[in-house]
Amino acid sequence: MTQTFRGVPDHLFIAVPQQDVQTMKLEELRFGTELVKRGFAAMQKGGVIMDVVNAEQAAIAEEAGAVAVMALERVPADIRKAGGVARMADPAKIAEIIETVSIPVMGKARIGHFVEAQVLEALGVDMIDESEVLTPADPTYHIVKTAFTVPFVCGARNLGEACRRINEGAAMIRTKGEAGTGNVVEAVRHMRAITSEIHELQGMNDIEIAARARFIEAPFEIMKDCAVRGRLPVVNFSAGGIATPCDAAMMMQLGCDGVFVGSGIFKSETPAEMALAIVEAVNHYDDASIIADVSRGLGGAMPGLDIDTLPEDQVYRNRGH
Amino acid sequence: MGINIGVCALQGDVSEHITAFEAALSASGQEGEVFSFRRAEDISRCDAIVLPGGESTTISRLLHKNDMYGPLRAFRGGIFATCAGMVLIGREIDDPRIEPLGIMDITVGRNAFGRQRDSCEMAVTITGDEKPFCGYFIRAPVIISVGPEAEPLCYADHIVGAVQGPHMALSFHPELGGDLRLHLLFLERLGAYKVAP
Repeated sequence: MTQTFRGVPDHLFIAVPQQDVQTMKLEELRFGTELVKRGFAAMQKGGVIMDVVNAEQAAIAEEAGAVAVMALERVPADIRKAGGVARMADPAKIAEIIETVSIPVMGKARIGHFVEAQVLEALGVDMIDESEVLTPADPTYHIVKTAFTVPFVCGARNLGEACRRINEGAAMIRTKGEAGTGNVVEAVRHMRAITSEIHELQGMNDIEIAARARFIEAPFEIMKDCAVRGRLPVVNFSAGGIATPCDAAMMMQLGCDGVFVGSGIFKSETPAEMALAIVEAVNHYDDASIIADVSRGLGGAMPGLDIDTLPEDQVYRNRGH
Repeated sequence: MGINIGVCALQGDVSEHITAFEAALSASGQEGEVFSFRRAEDISRCDAIVLPGGESTTISRLLHKNDMYGPLRAFRGGIFATCAGMVLIGREIDDPRIEPLGIMDITVGRNAFGRQRDSCEMAVTITGDEKPFCGYFIRAPVIISVGPEAEPLCYADHIVGAVQGPHMALSFHPELGGDLRLHLLFLERLGAYKVAP
């Protein structure tokens, strides 16, 4: 009997073609290949990626055991308050955070804004989040992510959206959730949608998958790949509204590979303690007594926002398609 | 009695290691079980342990939190350590943020190639094997020096792999590509070590 990791029997990389090692030249270095990009994402599994806005917060995140930090001008809750157009962070801020920590640093570019992405790559950011939290720059197209050396993570609400992003070259998918609200309901909705859509595919033959592919506007090959593996062919994190250790552990039990916590840490009353507690909760996501322990006396989580009363232009999850 | 291989699942690419070792066991015709573990008490039921790739600062903190440093240092089987695992298994690290396990006599340099944009696929030479190995280097460490108890195994400009008794440490990720030669070599050495320690 073989026990597998959380019931996921597959290897994320089976479909990546293997170059014949006989023909490999010793001096040849291949940067930014699909496997190197997806492999980077795989190293983040079981981890927590935290939003930070300065070097001090980045140090707190690293100390707490974050696997990476997301360098931002403002956390999503403050982006909502500020209004106006939200853009890529100031390069000086990103550089300062890169200087401070040894863990990977990620940065956000606007949907479709390939020049912001080029700048982030030039700054040495380890992964780019093409994010709906910022104001979209292109009403039609997402960034052609295969053109970059650094890997990308993109948000998705459902399987169709996830497969379109993977087709454009995303090496990691995350739920969109509804960032900056402290309300986990949309992240749960998106995670469950992707899981159940893949379960449906597993019971289908090729012509049925092809019909479904037309219906959800996604490439057949990637959907077929999902059906064979029983999961997305890339790492799948949860994001958007995760505010407590229980929220994070719940997303893990729903089958995600790790979590992003945005406003949830540095908008809470005790950020350093909250950061540690969420790392522990993700690590022991299936052990309620440990989650109870780490949740004790944390003080207030971030204040929440009622998603149903958000004005249409403040609903981030509907940005991008 | 088969071989029990436990993948330390605190953080990192755990499922890839499980799949690769399952394939290696079946390719070598050996019986065994590959499982993941997150508690210190599971260490004693392993014949071999995998320290996977991931973020070494995170894994180091979680090893402390879960009281695993002691049991890992006392472990008498073989350890297969890749990337972050290699950072942890050595005697010394060029970064004070991480406490080394001190199991292998090597000094490790973290993030020796640079940032993710510098991560790459590169041909690796394995001692005693004419065929190059495709190494996936992802924000990879290197071995700065090998002490008298350990032995270099892999080269790609730097020393990127070493062995010591039943242990093997690698800068890169053989669990990602499907080439099982290093897994098979580890199992072979583990078997030889068990017969004549």
